[in-house]
Amino acid sequence: MTKPLIAVLDYGIGNLRSAQKALERVGAESFLTADAAEVEAADGVVLPGVGAFGRVMEAIRETGVDAIAADAVARQVPFLGICVGMQALYESSEESPGVEGLGVLPGRIIELSDEVKRPQMQWNQLHSTAPSPLLAGLPQDAWVYFVHSFAPEMTDDVVATCNYGGDVVAAAQRGSVMATQFHPEKSGPVGIAIIANFVALCDGAT
Amino acid sequence: MTNVARVIPCLDVEAGRVVKGVNFLDLVDAGDPVELAARYDEQGADELVFLDITASSDQRDTIVEVARHTAEEVFIPFTIGGGIRTVDDARRLLRVGADKTAVNTAAVRRPELISDLAREFGSQCVVASIDARRSADADAPASGFEVYTHGGRTRTGICAVTWANEVERLGAGEIMLTSMDRDGTRDGFDIELTQTISDAVGVPVIASGGVGTLDHLAEGVIDGHAEAVLAASIFHFGEHTIADAKNHMLSRGVTVRPPQ
Repeated sequence: MTKPLIAVLDYGIGNLRSAQKALERVGAESFLTADAAEVEAADGVVLPGVGAFGRVMEAIRETGVDAIAADAVARQVPFLGICVGMQALYESSEESPGVEGLGVLPGRIIELSDEVKRPQMQWNQLHSTAPSPLLAGLPQDAWVYFVHSFAPEMTDDVVATCNYGGDVVAAAQRGSVMATQFHPEKSGPVGIAIIANFVALCDGAT
Repeated sequence: MTNVARVIPCLDVEAGRVVKGVNFLDLVDAGDPVELAARYDEQGADELVFLDITASSDQRDTIVEVARHTAEEVFIPFTIGGGIRTVDDARRLLRVGADKTAVNTAAVRRPELISDLAREFGSQCVVASIDARRSADADAPASGFEVYTHGGRTRTGICAVTWANEVERLGAGEIMLTSMDRDGTRDGFDIELTQTISDAVGVPVIASGGVGTLDHLAEGVIDGHAEAVLAASIFHFGEHTIADAKNHMLSRGVTVRPPQ
């Protein structure tokens, strides 16, 4: 049996190594790339991201990762956006007015409530709002690690929320596209279970 | 729930080895930062902080290797602090798997370091480490809390509250606040300092310096209004596990991620 091959899109920003190591921990073969041909050969694609929305989108466009991501989504390869990598999948963000997102998921990114400290930098509990294979088999109200000041608005694609000054979108899924506002690669055993779910979907897709 | 307090063990690392007497009976190698990190992860630590206290510059790269190996073994967030002077210093640590970098003396000397780091990597990667002492002489700031640098040896005359507001404005995503009066005393956090800073800023504050009992940890959150508590010796000497700490905090009504 060959290992599922997962491309982690590298556009020069952020800690990509943790995502790669977490994928390898659950038995995938994983590599960092911004090369269209390499991504085409992969069974699954991960788009990580940290920092400001505008800066991330600029780097995604400069490196051609925008077209690579759009192509992977069109081919319905399992796709996972993490943190600002999730936010990049939407249409726009209050953080960087005028900057277009990838528009793979309808909706925009909004700022967290000003009644709580920002960023939310802590572990918080997931509340499932719709079934998703990405979050299958997790303990009830599982704890995962968040670091963010913005999050997607509530849409039909949302599959989980957390409570931080109100309901905050934590995960979304639309067909083969999955996304988490939290960091599964930094969420201990629960996060590893989520990564394993994603890799299992990639394995099944080939 | 809204605020979930984090419990963060801190490891001092010199030339790639943990120092300051870590004392778990069953460790193969008590000086191995990665083995200790994995142990604290198992016990339910929410994050880890490694402070590089390596003095000689030719051994600075050892901390990059610590970050690299930790990221391979441990899947919780970790921060590296100590000796970070430039954006490139931070980049090397983040590229190999560190989640955040903490800056202290270099940022006091050159505050743009914080804005440069925030612009390059995002605020979530930038922890402003503030060492403060109470001071009351003629040169002391009006708040009575003064920023010190160089591991608490050098006075700056800067007010700790003003500086905390400034690092937030510059883009720090978090403040690690150490009372140098309490550090090493085991008398508990300087609650007044912690509360003053925590209430003055909009970013999370990690309370540090002085923890000697599990009650101190709870007090840092309840009375000090901190979002996270950092301690070293009470965990390193095997007196208490992270799970003990969290169970105690829960019993005091502090919300934490419960130990598994």
